[in-house]
Amino acid sequence: MSQSYNRGLVEDFSRWKEFSAGMWAWIFHKFTGWVLVGYLFTHIAVLSTAIPAQQGEMVTNSAGEQVSVYTNTLSLLESTFIVRLLEVGLLAVAVFHILNGIRLLLVDLGIGLESQDKTFYASLVLTGAIVIASVPTFMAGIGGA
Amino acid sequence: MSTQVPETETEAETETEPAGESHQERRMADKAAKREYRESEKKAEDELRAAEESVHLKVFRYDPEVEDKQEPRFDDFYVPYTKGMTVLDALMYARDHYDSSLTFRHSCRQAVCGSDAMFVNGRQRLCCKTQLSEMAEPVRIEPLPHQDVVKDLVVDMEHFYDQMHAVEPYFQSEDVPSEEQRQSRENREKIKMSTRCIWCGACMSSCNVAAGDNEYLGPAAINKAYRFYMDEREDEEELKEHRLRILEQEHGVWRCQTQFSCTEVCPKDIPLTEHIQELKREAVKNNLKFW
Repeated sequence: MSQSYNRGLVEDFSRWKEFSAGMWAWIFHKFTGWVLVGYLFTHIAVLSTAIPAQQGEMVTNSAGEQVSVYTNTLSLLESTFIVRLLEVGLLAVAVFHILNGIRLLLVDLGIGLESQDKTFYASLVLTGAIVIASVPTFMAGIGGA
Repeated sequence: MSTQVPETETEAETETEPAGESHQERRMADKAAKREYRESEKKAEDELRAAEESVHLKVFRYDPEVEDKQEPRFDDFYVPYTKGMTVLDALMYARDHYDSSLTFRHSCRQAVCGSDAMFVNGRQRLCCKTQLSEMAEPVRIEPLPHQDVVKDLVVDMEHFYDQMHAVEPYFQSEDVPSEEQRQSRENREKIKMSTRCIWCGACMSSCNVAAGDNEYLGPAAINKAYRFYMDEREDEEELKEHRLRILEQEHGVWRCQTQFSCTEVCPKDIPLTEHIQELKREAVKNNLKFW
């Protein structure tokens, strides 16, 4: 971006306080996009633990069994509450990014521009519904049990 | 309106009196002005008491040229409410009755000239088109964001005008037509909304992208370009190419991130985002040719 505008002493006056639907959609889309990029690299980092497993390297897990490095790492991650919670978060982020992406695609094609705020709310509601429906699956075997 | 009577009186005096008594004249005029000011203030007080409702305005004040006014502040004005009063009416009342140094732009007062776009209650609005009854109190009036403040509510529009001119908003056809150029009804309908722009600058000021990128053409300028690009009366292929070349640069249509802020604040209800998106598609169609 090129130089932005700064009006010095009065810069802090007349700022947006209430964001409109379109602005929220933009901010959420950027945010979820960066989260997904961040997840991609974490994902690669975790998967790379499979590299020594390829050579048949084994470790002893907490139960005293001989398992591959990869299986050990993953079962360790899957058994922690915070990781399960992050998985739900990841789903939420991905679903919103997909739905809003479709919305933006329609906007780019010039379809339904008058109802752009409604489609944003719809994608939010749909994201919420899908995430809530997924909680039993993601949280299975943890928390209560 | 009330100031007109004493004005004509002093004028009549100066005509009859000889030139030698200029000091006396000046003193008298000074006194008259002061009396007038006191009277208008008292009149406002009376009107305020008589009015059933009054409206509380919080107005941004700032004057970089006067040392004591360099610190931005908010002034409170209580204005007697009359039915149908707009934000601009209230501002004018405040200026005429309380503080004549209150500065803001206005001209036609009917949403045609586009001089009085301001930031009212957290949103860009055209003051003459905004009913006071629809505003929550206190009505907070600030200058447009992202533009230099010249004084009080007046912002520097130079940059906005530069961007408007950058898209060459005029017909450039070289050959002079021999007869009247008719526009088809369909084409008129297509560009109808885009011709309604009044250059108020509300869209540019509301645009998040324009705020961060000062070179971005902005919604108003792109809408202006749309108006000429889509007009069939200028049908030379080279001219269309030329217009697209201006629009598809780095700081042209592709800077738009479809936040719809401009479309939402536009006092003339121009579908700005729609027009920008259409020009984006035109640019792609022009550059991607598989046949």
